[in-house]
Amino acid sequence: MDLSTFLQQLVNGISLGSMYALIAIGYTMVYGTLRLINFAHGDIMMVGAFLVYLAVAVGLPFPVAVLVAIAGSMAVGVMTDKIAYKPLRDAPKISLLITAIGISFFLENLFNVLFGGVPKAFPAPGYLTISFKLGDVILPLMVIVIPVITVLILGAVLWVLFKTKYGMAIRALAFDIPTVKLMGINADYIISIVFALGSALAAIGGIFYAISYPSIDPLMGVIVGLKAFAAAVLGGIGSVTGAVLGGFILGFTEIFVVALFPELGGYKDAFAFFFLILVLLFKPTGIMGKDLERGRF
Amino acid sequence: MLKVENLEVYYGVIAAVRGIDLQVEKNSIVTLIGANGAGKTSTLNALVNSIKKKGKIIANGHNITKIPTHKVVQDGISLVPEGRKIFINLTVDENLRMGAFNNEKYEVLKEDMYRKFPRLSGKKEQMGGTLSGGEQQMLAIARALMSEPKLLMLDEPSLGLAPKIIGELFETITELKKTITILLVEQNAFAALKIADYGYVLENGSIALEGKASELLGSDEVRKKYLGG
Repeated sequence: MDLSTFLQQLVNGISLGSMYALIAIGYTMVYGTLRLINFAHGDIMMVGAFLVYLAVAVGLPFPVAVLVAIAGSMAVGVMTDKIAYKPLRDAPKISLLITAIGISFFLENLFNVLFGGVPKAFPAPGYLTISFKLGDVILPLMVIVIPVITVLILGAVLWVLFKTKYGMAIRALAFDIPTVKLMGINADYIISIVFALGSALAAIGGIFYAISYPSIDPLMGVIVGLKAFAAAVLGGIGSVTGAVLGGFILGFTEIFVVALFPELGGYKDAFAFFFLILVLLFKPTGIMGKDLERGRF
Repeated sequence: MLKVENLEVYYGVIAAVRGIDLQVEKNSIVTLIGANGAGKTSTLNALVNSIKKKGKIIANGHNITKIPTHKVVQDGISLVPEGRKIFINLTVDENLRMGAFNNEKYEVLKEDMYRKFPRLSGKKEQMGGTLSGGEQQMLAIARALMSEPKLLMLDEPSLGLAPKIIGELFETITELKKTITILLVEQNAFAALKIADYGYVLENGSIALEGKASELLGSDEVRKKYLGG
């Protein structure tokens, strides 16, 4: 592989990794607080992309459509918690997990009924799909925008978690929900914040994904969601920085497997999960994972 | 201050508390003593509504029987839970801030707590989990006081502490009585009755005996069962 190919794959890897990272943060935060693997989280990304499609279809300008879609996805995320998960707070964790899988199927099929299963062209505006050429390296604008925004968002999430009182409550919640209530704090409200935050990031990830691979369908969140989940586990579930790290590792692995062994390109997803298994064999808590019962982010 | 009527707590079919009546007068210390499993912790948890229960609870003239835990606390009742339940992944400062989550005066209150509990003031940035047992108990009490409660409920504060620390702790509790009302649950019946005004003895979820703390201290029955002769 020559240098320019390497650089090309490097930026592609950063870009794909960023998308996984954005979605993985939501998995890790919900797991950190509720010990729930929210399998519907990947579908929130699909909801985000579809809401942009819908908003543009009714005539809203693209940037407004994005904001509407993010807000709509936050609402869907918070509602899944209120309707499906909240009644099960004291139920066994397995009931919660099964419910999450049910919500995932529900969202996929709901959008299938509403929009049909045929992939649709994503209405990305022309100014977002331009590319620059640096020597032999082609740099689509989004490949630069995505990592920059991801880093900014990561900074914002860490700031919320460690510098605001709501972030403090989220960290406390991860450790001990009953005691948080004894502080006079409405724990369900804090949990809603977690879902809103995670869903917003998933929607942003979904919109990035839809711009980069400009078609959307109701099942687009399944495999991407699974890989983002794998990224969260790889990085150490419960840790936000771990989720981002895991996202990047997975993104790079995928891109470089295809680049180095083009004949194995069809197995790129298998490689991602193989890598996950490998890491977990040596470090079961993931790369940044600590003792989960200590509830650190 | 607090009036409890016919409180019942069941875990499945097993009764933990079988219809007890309690009364706590303003600016007094009332203690609830009894053996392990007598229903003391269940009673406190039922009072803040963190477990299912039947009965009627009036605090400060409000009926708080059915309101959710966080609102009971906002209403001026604070519980220091059994085992302290410090947020071990938060700093001492953050633990105190959690106690005053809804209170904008937290900076003033925090300084006040560091004056009341000087042992904590040198450890503001330390993680809660790194404190000793006694310090954690002090932090748990300080954290509960951050919400400026009218009624402070303490669940087994002396559990697992060295005798010297227990002495210090009970002095602190006596000191608190000047400004707030205290409901103290203890296995250490002797220490609790010594600082209390009134006491209830719980046995198998029912009140076996009640009276002025000084009278209970002198009673043969209490002496035999709880004070080791």
